[in-house]
Amino acid sequence: MSYLARLEAESMHIIREAVAQAENPVMLYSVGKDSTVILHLARKAFFPAPLPFPLLHVDTTWKFKEMIKFRDVVATDPDLRLIVHINPECVRLNINPFDHGSSMHTDLWKTEGLKQALDEGAFDLAFGGARRDEEKSRAKERIFSFRTSKHVWDPKNQRPELWNIYNARHAAGESIRVFPLSNWTELDVWQYLLAEDIPVVPLYFAKPRPVVMRQGMQIMVDDDRMKLLPGEVVETKMVRFRTLGCYPLTGAVESEATDLSMILAEMFTSRSSERQGRMIDHDQAGSMEKKKVEGYF
Amino acid sequence: MRSSNLPPNNPVSQFIKAQQEKDLLRFIVCGSVDDGKSSMIGRLLYDSKQIFDDQLASLANDSLQHGTQGEAIDFALLTDGLQAEREQGITIDVAYRFFATDKRAFIVADAPGHEQYTRNMVTGASTAEMAVVLIDARKGVLTQTRRHSLLVDLLGIKNIIVAINKIDLIDYSQEVFDAISQQYLEFAETLHFENIHFVPICALTGENLTLPSTNTPWYAGPRLIEIAETVAVGTQDLSAAFRMSVQSVSRPNSDFRGYMGTIASGAINVGDLIRVNPSGMETRVKAFADFDGPRHSAIAGESVCLVLEDEIDISRGDLLSSIVDPALVSDHVEVHLVWLAEEAMIPQRSYLLKIGSKEVRAHIDRLKYRIDINSNEHVSAVTLGLNDIGICNISTVTPIGLDPYDLNRSTGAFVLIDRITNRTVGAGMIRHSLRRSENVQWQELTVGREQRELMNEQKGFVVWLTGLSGSGKSTIANALEVMLHQRKIRTFVLDGDNVRHGLNADLGFTETDRAENIRRVAEVAKLFVDAGMVTIVSFISPFEAERALAREIVGDSDFFEVFVDAPMVVVEKRDTKGLYAKARAGLLPNFTGVDSPYEIPTNPNLRVESSVSSVVECLDQIVAELVRKSFL
Ligand SMILES: Nc1nc2c(ncn2[C@@H]2O[C@H](COP(=O)(O)OP(=O)(O)OP(=O)(O)O)[C@@H](O)[C@H]2O)c(=O)[nH]1
Ligand SMILES: [Mg+2]
Repeated sequence: MSYLARLEAESMHIIREAVAQAENPVMLYSVGKDSTVILHLARKAFFPAPLPFPLLHVDTTWKFKEMIKFRDVVATDPDLRLIVHINPECVRLNINPFDHGSSMHTDLWKTEGLKQALDEGAFDLAFGGARRDEEKSRAKERIFSFRTSKHVWDPKNQRPELWNIYNARHAAGESIRVFPLSNWTELDVWQYLLAEDIPVVPLYFAKPRPVVMRQGMQIMVDDDRMKLLPGEVVETKMVRFRTLGCYPLTGAVESEATDLSMILAEMFTSRSSERQGRMIDHDQAGSMEKKKVEGYF
Repeated sequence: MRSSNLPPNNPVSQFIKAQQEKDLLRFIVCGSVDDGKSSMIGRLLYDSKQIFDDQLASLANDSLQHGTQGEAIDFALLTDGLQAEREQGITIDVAYRFFATDKRAFIVADAPGHEQYTRNMVTGASTAEMAVVLIDARKGVLTQTRRHSLLVDLLGIKNIIVAINKIDLIDYSQEVFDAISQQYLEFAETLHFENIHFVPICALTGENLTLPSTNTPWYAGPRLIEIAETVAVGTQDLSAAFRMSVQSVSRPNSDFRGYMGTIASGAINVGDLIRVNPSGMETRVKAFADFDGPRHSAIAGESVCLVLEDEIDISRGDLLSSIVDPALVSDHVEVHLVWLAEEAMIPQRSYLLKIGSKEVRAHIDRLKYRIDINSNEHVSAVTLGLNDIGICNISTVTPIGLDPYDLNRSTGAFVLIDRITNRTVGAGMIRHSLRRSENVQWQELTVGREQRELMNEQKGFVVWLTGLSGSGKSTIANALEVMLHQRKIRTFVLDGDNVRHGLNADLGFTETDRAENIRRVAEVAKLFVDAGMVTIVSFISPFEAERALAREIVGDSDFFEVFVDAPMVVVEKRDTKGLYAKARAGLLPNFTGVDSPYEIPTNPNLRVESSVSSVVECLDQIVAELVRKSFL
């Protein structure tokens, strides 16, 4: 078996093991490329049966418009059930990245929103698209990662995880995050999307888009909630995104890649990591681990 | 998955195609504390261009702050990703990192060297096909070098690279290198490695790791990465016997029934005969249900959904196997066990054994011996502590399909799970079956208590709660039932109040009636035990003699008496049901504690003080004692 085929089979095994042991599983669906791959793998894993769990999108109301459009098209599949959660507290307080900063914005919309949605749905197991190559603390995380009833991760006391035997037993109130793409790299994800011919949000492909240079990142002006600061000018540039999140916090890269094979060609020569395009990750050293301990996915 | 749908002849497609055709090697880097494992992996990643510019910039920054190399880059910080690890400069948990060369893709596990974190090393080694054992050239073979080598051997890894590191610190001395190699070879004689390569490396500079070295002219062998690129990956021996543990049964509608699983070994084709273990039933593969379209065969490693000819009883955890070379079926095996928990292993205690997708109750019949890491000798032992390795006999409550680990790394491996904490406490590798029940179809002529218990996967017994009215017996009984229920243990509660309304409605409170009351309840409890239930009896049962009678009826070994102790003043003050007030007013004759005595149990299995401890605390004490006495 080629190594992509091995990765695929491993992920399907993980997804099935998780569902077989969970009482009420859910899949976090962020609309991005990793979620897209997991959704595809889950469909394969349970074919010909429909997905045995709903998808959950924690919407921050600051996602790119094209992401929401794509999500809503995906949700038209009658075999899928999509739950969209919007943190009502954030709506009330009008939390936004411009006035409150990336850190508070993400914490309240995403981390708190996620915890609310998981508690509301009483989900005991949630699939996530995180990969170990994304960040140093993720490289340390088990595929089946346990959370206390307060959604806390204890990195110093992880459950042994041997062979492909996954012990998902947990006490009432505790929950599990399962990462079927743990062993995939960004390159694997792009290659797989190409090999399997899976549609992704068009934002991943280069196109002339209106962007502003802010804090060293090319931020796309996706709607008129984004006010220009003195000296800032909107330019139209040929850009694409390597990772997708809230538009004011996600940096675009200049690129000519208009399809998957061109993206791959660019990847082979790329000199920066995809996380560089995410403002929230380098707020402070060890920030991902800290976020995870606090209940971020 | 599909084969790629790329236009041919374009350079990108060719490159992608080459990428996709690469195979994958999973390996682990292990060895003693500070031998340079993390540094070596950091260097591998760096040299294979896996580290992007932004990551390098933050690495340089980190190195100044946490590094051990002064101004220079500390490559260990690339993999030591937890805050605690960076602060202490050690590895605590295993990190998985990814890189590729032109020839191969790699998943490498960075193991912690500290003994305390050995279980994390075991996690990393269980999926590895090759191991790099690092040795600090200044220190030679240490205890941890031996422990890790032994574990790597037990886990069935056959290809070993012994990397003698920090060769720069011993002036690139050939004598030292030779002496350590010799020392390792002598130690490894008792192990089962097939290939051992020795390489002198400097993890910091990458010499003989990824880059050639001019400092070791005496070494003519390959660089470490070259060995890793060419080591045979023991993936698909398609002639191996077919095995697949059923992950779940798919029944989207009444016309379809599919069996999902990952093929553990061998290959399977439409039309092949297969056997279901442990039932022994046989059938044929009718078709595959595959997202990517019709197919006729599948091989080890693939995730499939099989449709079978006959409607036979197959559930999650059953092992499908070839009929020519079927799996063993046994309920008694000899195993290597690595203990992974702080709490010591308790022989005779019931654990959950998970093999493939099967979970079954099991206990350790006998710990034969422990293996001493230093001498590799067998030492007698009564228990295994954290990171100990032992040989033991394990019995499962129902037979399971299995293979010796030597023959099959998938169907011969299992974990033990603590039923109370849910933690994975042991890693096991089956050496052989101790019963010759193999391949025999399992048949029972009569169904008795033992058979019911096997099917229920639990043992029946009575928890007899005695104590004053209002001492909290019913509350504890209910809480205990809820807790056991959540653990999927079947229970039934017989409570003084509900039984007296029905079964014993004809009885009053005279001494003879009380005795008859207890006799009937004990008999009913016994029937429930025969049915395989955990039966909780909550009765005042004030007299020693009637409790003794109950014990006799149920049987001493199935009877667990709990004295729920609360002082008279407390229960009378509480008087939740207003009974004491009534009794004092003379409305309830023969009321225990008021005008009828309560004889304090002289020898209960357990006494809990419900006026001092909370319900949860009482429950914890009961469960702990039940576990200690192997009821649970
Ligand atoms: N001079 C020299 N120093 C080295 C070499 N390799 C590693 N070191 C240093 O040895 C120290 C320990 O290295 P680590 O990579 O953290 O060791 P480790 O084996 O991963 O340690 P644990 O994971 O905690 O067991 C660090 O200060 C390294 O910089 C080498 O080849 N030469
Ligand atoms: Mg280390």
